[in-house]
Amino acid sequence: MTSIHIKNGFVVDPGQGIHGDKKDIFIENGKIVKSLTHAEKTIDASGMVVMAGGVDIHSHVAGAKVNVGRNFRPEDKMQSTYEPYHGIRHMAGGTSVPTVFKTAYAYADMGYTTVIEAAMPPLYARHTHEEMRDTPILDEAALPMFGNNWFILDYLKRGEIENAAAYAAWLLRATKGYGIKCVNPGGTEAWAWGLNCLSIDDPVPYFDITPKQIVSGLMEVNESLHLPHSLHLHSNNLGNPGNYTTTLDTLKLSEGIKPNNNFNREQVLHHTHIQFHSYGGTTWADFESKGKEVMDYINNNPTVTCDIGFVTLDETTTMTGDGPFEYHLNKLNHLKWANTDVELECGSGIVPYVYSKDVYVCGVQWSIGLEMALLAKDHMRCHLTTDHPNAGPFWRYPRVMKWLMSEKARNDVLASMKNEDKVRDRSTLGSIDRELTLYEIAQMTRAGPAKALGLSSSIGSLTPGMQADVAVYPYNPETESDPEKIEWAFSHAKYLIKSGEIILNDGELVSNGNKKTYWVDVTTKPNRQVERDIDRTFVKYYTVTKNNYEVTEHEFMKNPCAVKIDAVQ
Amino acid sequence: MSKRLTDIICPFCGTLCDDIEIDVSDDGKQILEVYNACAIGSEKFLHVQSPDRITRPRMKQEDGSWNEITYDEAAKYTAKVLCDAKKPLMYGWSSTSCEAQSIGHMIGEQVGGVLDNTATVCHGSTLIAMQDVGIPSCTLGEVKNRADRIIFWGCNPAHAHPRHMSRYSIYSRGYFTGKGSKSRKIIVVDPRPTDSASLADEYIQVEQGRDYELLDAFRAALKGSPLPKMIAGVPSEKIYELVEILKQGRFVVIFFGMGVTHSLGKNHNIDMAIALTSDLNNYTKASIIAMRGHYNVTGSGQVLGWQFGFPFCVDLSRGFARYNPGETSSNDLLMRGEVDGCLVIGSDPGSHFPIGSVKKINAIPTVCVDPHMTPTAAISKCHVPVALVGIEVGGSCYRMDNVPIDSRKVVDPPEGMLTDAEFLDLVLKEVNKIKGDAK
Ligand code: SF4
Repeated sequence: MTSIHIKNGFVVDPGQGIHGDKKDIFIENGKIVKSLTHAEKTIDASGMVVMAGGVDIHSHVAGAKVNVGRNFRPEDKMQSTYEPYHGIRHMAGGTSVPTVFKTAYAYADMGYTTVIEAAMPPLYARHTHEEMRDTPILDEAALPMFGNNWFILDYLKRGEIENAAAYAAWLLRATKGYGIKCVNPGGTEAWAWGLNCLSIDDPVPYFDITPKQIVSGLMEVNESLHLPHSLHLHSNNLGNPGNYTTTLDTLKLSEGIKPNNNFNREQVLHHTHIQFHSYGGTTWADFESKGKEVMDYINNNPTVTCDIGFVTLDETTTMTGDGPFEYHLNKLNHLKWANTDVELECGSGIVPYVYSKDVYVCGVQWSIGLEMALLAKDHMRCHLTTDHPNAGPFWRYPRVMKWLMSEKARNDVLASMKNEDKVRDRSTLGSIDRELTLYEIAQMTRAGPAKALGLSSSIGSLTPGMQADVAVYPYNPETESDPEKIEWAFSHAKYLIKSGEIILNDGELVSNGNKKTYWVDVTTKPNRQVERDIDRTFVKYYTVTKNNYEVTEHEFMKNPCAVKIDAVQ
Repeated sequence: MSKRLTDIICPFCGTLCDDIEIDVSDDGKQILEVYNACAIGSEKFLHVQSPDRITRPRMKQEDGSWNEITYDEAAKYTAKVLCDAKKPLMYGWSSTSCEAQSIGHMIGEQVGGVLDNTATVCHGSTLIAMQDVGIPSCTLGEVKNRADRIIFWGCNPAHAHPRHMSRYSIYSRGYFTGKGSKSRKIIVVDPRPTDSASLADEYIQVEQGRDYELLDAFRAALKGSPLPKMIAGVPSEKIYELVEILKQGRFVVIFFGMGVTHSLGKNHNIDMAIALTSDLNNYTKASIIAMRGHYNVTGSGQVLGWQFGFPFCVDLSRGFARYNPGETSSNDLLMRGEVDGCLVIGSDPGSHFPIGSVKKINAIPTVCVDPHMTPTAAISKCHVPVALVGIEVGGSCYRMDNVPIDSRKVVDPPEGMLTDAEFLDLVLKEVNKIKGDAK
């Protein structure tokens, strides 16, 4: 492995509190080191920004529903140029749902090195892992879904946290998953009968449990297992006017729960794509932002983190484990609708969507995301995502950075909207003159998500000893004033190093890297009851045998990296 | 002495039964008994030990006789055929593993091939319909546990997917369907009174080729619109009655097969069937599932999807992926005479393609990778027998509802035989050499 000396760049690293000082970074044996006696490769980063590799805490990039998105939208390939095969680059295409190759290249171009697939149906875990295995460069992990799982519903209904935890540990091992994801708790199970749970007190049909009990129970389970990441929640009532009250009700469930882990994680709840959950009004006619109210709560509660789900005003493909939401979205836009309900576990839906800046609701949604990020007091707890591809494709992150860093860029978009006045009226964005700094952007895109994921001891910073994931951007913070340059530079990393290996050299892809896949292997006390429940349920209700359910590391994962935890105590 | 292997996956049809048990001889070389599989599935397993298996690659001679060659020679020949061709067709992929498909795709990328699978002659129209209108669907376990209304439209699982009915759709007892077939109403729509129809509560004999009309009438009836007296051979009262039965169900599933995908109307039939399913969701919960045939045709569509973005008919000949069924589909290419080299793997177009296409396959250099002697092998220039996927080598495969399952190895292949993946790996290396030399 090469030793590398990155010279003279403006280093932005919240992990060490470095705010753009001119510094040198040294790499040896795949790690950041303090110094080097001799470097085999020297990169002159003068006039450029140096950051740790980007970490995406929530993105839909691999698995069954993503692939339905690709296969059922040939038109998505027409929205952008299909890149031909050359050198070590595979053919790569797709716009809102890129192929696995394009996913890797586009993230690499943005200087990202770690991506979390945010929703893995356990029964489809193999599929997710096969796609991740075929995705070069990026370190990845996937979050299996628990919020509508029959075992979990049954155990939590009876208050059996220990049994729920033993089952969760088993499922993480069986699916090679990284953490506990919960999507529309109870609502997706209700959707199997064509129903939904819109508040945290709506009972789940037959199971006689409420979303409130599910969310609280899963947080407890998560902490009792000492997992690196917290509960990763997409709460009920997504996308509906007036839903901010449901969101606040849900966030409050975290109060009184204490983080319990050895991974430097401080939150007990990560609420994802919070933009979609911060809506006021009663109908689309009086739709308005309640971003401030929700962000106020988060600002005051350090045991909660969130990612935003910024709307990028693109044509895209929405996809989520929130099956009923997609059905209702389809009723609104009448484009095509795909749905898959997954036995005993979860479900998902997919609908194409066009966020037009001339539709005032889309304009307000766009404002809400930016408003919330600008009102955030701690950007270590507020992460940059587009909930790819739901609010927009991930390769728009640099555009979002531009909007966050430049009031002018935001105002230009507002001024170009057909319903500018109405959009300005329905959110506070127009009155916010805050412009985020590169340091805050680095918090939102590397240090913060790495910490929330429990990976801050190895990624998200350039501290010596960390995995050498480094991005060098052609952006000079001392001389640049044009906001467009922000978007351009952060879409065109000049150098990218992943685990010490050069991926992009002077903007050219030179390696497909040595990607790895994280998962969590947590040991719990032997639990005969849960073992029996699992055996019995597989025989009676699943359509695959228990032995054919498990994802095997050596068959399905590239460089599996098991995070081992002993939760026996 | 023998040992019992459990949790074996049957690599025959898209039902992908994974509860097969097999007794193998102590030395692990012979299959003694197959349990739980249907007749076709058992036959598939037992076939591996047929004494007349061809175990080495062969080239066809001028006089039509076969000459044994090595796998290396076969790989060199295959690579040359693919590299020399302007538009090589790489067809099949349905009876092989996702791992083998993946290597094949990398070959296709290098040689600018057209990657097409057997969907092109079965559920390709379904894939096109999904691109038109989407697909509300579910896994087969949802059917088992919840469905109380099942429609089989243009399919005959009793013959094509024999254990489908007992594992998932008619007789299985699930969480909310504890009474098995008594929990469900079964409706079969088919022009012929099939064996599946004889199991139904309602058999609807649609006139041949008029599925679109009947599906449309169901949609109209669902909305309470007036209908003419007879539609597609079915009295309107019957249609209203059926629609009531569906509406009163808690969970409706439509299974459909090649009776609708390749009768008149093709993908438009499926558009209509999917639209009917979507409409039913206004009243109850409804899903629709294609009865995929080959055990891993679904997997081929998946791997093509994540690597290139399209589920079949993927043309890489211009250096990037293009997709246009009708233009980039195997039969259209063959019929137009655009294909000048061919690799067939995990399928038998010799038996299933129109005669015009078969003649073209015969006329161009074609390599057939197949464990069996098939009509395709017979018309190929080179026949490469390989280990049977799912019996002599494991590998990933996808069930008709897209659920991935890893098939298991049961016995060793005959001495010295390669697997699909190993052979394709050799071809890829040869292709790399040729392409490298050309640079
Ligand atoms: S139904 Fe299909 S998969 Fe099941 S045993 Fe028969 S042939 Fe095999």
